[in-house]
Amino acid sequence: MDTTNTATAIEQQIDQWRSFLRKRQAIHAVDIAELEDHLREQVAGLVDAGLAPDEAFLVAVKRMGNLDAISKEFAREHSDRLWKQLVLVSADAEARSPGGNREAFVAFCFAVAAALAIKIPALFGMPLDDGAAGFYMRNLSLFILPLLAGYFVWKRKTGSRSILYLVGIFIAAAIAANAFPVTPGGSTEALMALHLPIALWLVTGVAYAGKRWRESGGRMDFIRFSGELFIYYVLIALGGGVLFGFMALIFNAIGIDVEPFFESWLLPCGAMGGVVIASWLVEAKQSVIENMAPVLTRLFTPLFALMLVVFLAVMSLTGRGIDIDRNVLIAFDLLLVMVLALLLYSISARDLQAGPQAFDFVQVVLVVSALIADAVALWAIAARISEFGASPNRVAALGINFLLLVNLAWSAVLYIGFLRGRGSFASLERWQTRYLLVYAGWACVVVIIFPPMFGYV
Amino acid sequence: MDINKDLIAASSTPLVLAILAEADSYGYAILQRVQEISGGHLAWTDGMLYPVLHRLERLGHIEAHWETAESGRRRKYYGITTQGRVQLATDREQWQAVDATLRGIWQLLSLDPPRLQGA
Repeated sequence: MDTTNTATAIEQQIDQWRSFLRKRQAIHAVDIAELEDHLREQVAGLVDAGLAPDEAFLVAVKRMGNLDAISKEFAREHSDRLWKQLVLVSADAEARSPGGNREAFVAFCFAVAAALAIKIPALFGMPLDDGAAGFYMRNLSLFILPLLAGYFVWKRKTGSRSILYLVGIFIAAAIAANAFPVTPGGSTEALMALHLPIALWLVTGVAYAGKRWRESGGRMDFIRFSGELFIYYVLIALGGGVLFGFMALIFNAIGIDVEPFFESWLLPCGAMGGVVIASWLVEAKQSVIENMAPVLTRLFTPLFALMLVVFLAVMSLTGRGIDIDRNVLIAFDLLLVMVLALLLYSISARDLQAGPQAFDFVQVVLVVSALIADAVALWAIAARISEFGASPNRVAALGINFLLLVNLAWSAVLYIGFLRGRGSFASLERWQTRYLLVYAGWACVVVIIFPPMFGYV
Repeated sequence: MDINKDLIAASSTPLVLAILAEADSYGYAILQRVQEISGGHLAWTDGMLYPVLHRLERLGHIEAHWETAESGRRRKYYGITTQGRVQLATDREQWQAVDATLRGIWQLLSLDPPRLQGA
């Protein structure tokens, strides 16, 4: 008998057995190592007793017992393991990766830099108060996003050419934000403050995705990252609020008012540093903890779809027209953004190979009903748009509405095609990830073309 | 003779602690030792020993460390702690009390065999 062959056959069987164990959440890698040592010892003992290796393996596995029962015992002993824990700085020397602590340190440094960056203008006589509100509004994203991009450049080991491009774009953005003689408190300034972060966020996405930014997969990862970052940031902000609440309470007890400190230091520095910290957390947890955005999407997609269907039904049954108010267009813009987000995050969590499911129909109902609602609103507004005149706000709101409408309409076409068995789900993902460029382009137009076009009002 | 599962579960803690009180050991060797002492009567499912070991480790009765065996494989050894020895002494007293009680009643029954036969 060929002993090498038998040995490899046994190794393969042990590999297979190990991969069965690995699927059990309650049994960790160290436990598998321990059990495997046991199994090998048992096989060796049985072979010594005269069994053939493959027989010995079967007997050893049988003696080990039913894997379900064992994993149930493990779960009972380590019930904490059924809750996935994010271990940022591992105390277990076995599991510690060499880069883990260094990354935490670098992220912390970037966070401190971001926290201090927002205070730099104060050194040059521009304190953070109402007097310089316009300056801070226009430049807010420029204080944080270059540092966040820097963190990703460090993390992804981006090449020097890409770094030059990124630096160039951020400098150009800084010039665009500050060179125009916009009217303080005017609408072009407000539009700029709103659109520059969108454009720069997508630029940061290029730094995030590194070499993969041209690929659909890389961009989808950035979309996933953005959703998780938002959720983590909101949670951190809530925590910060609790911290401040207690701080105010206990310092009040000794007669000290902490509000000035809060307004000029804790809030701005915390808000800036928090972005980097949240990004680092999202990066660290991505393979450990379930993504939260798709879970929320699952929860709210049916509810939003129901709301929109009821809205349309009530509107058509009662014959009520849309009340034309200056904010209607913005409300519908936000609705489309919301629907787009629900669509994006359900795409982001979907298995591209899977066939149509019930949830997909709900998704289509959501998108189509949002499109109808928006079309009705646009119809009502279009009739009177000329009366209002073309102010920058109105053009910007109409423009983004148009872009979202095109995106969602074509998504609906692709989605329905997919449900009817024509076309793949991947084409829908590709459409969404390519469309990001359109948003970036539009944001640039609003930031760069609008102010001169509308006379800096 | 197969021993009832509850009895095996109840006796596992003192048995493991006693074996480790002899010397530090690892899973497979502990099971071999159980076989040896019980004359093959105590048939443990191999895999079930490990949750027991982990529980005793968590309770602080035993301590674990990894060593590299001659074969080059890494192996997890367990050793009893001072607290474990205290626990073992308590367990021992309790089991001896149970044992003594049972012995007493067996003896009474053996004096009167028909009752044991159910006749």
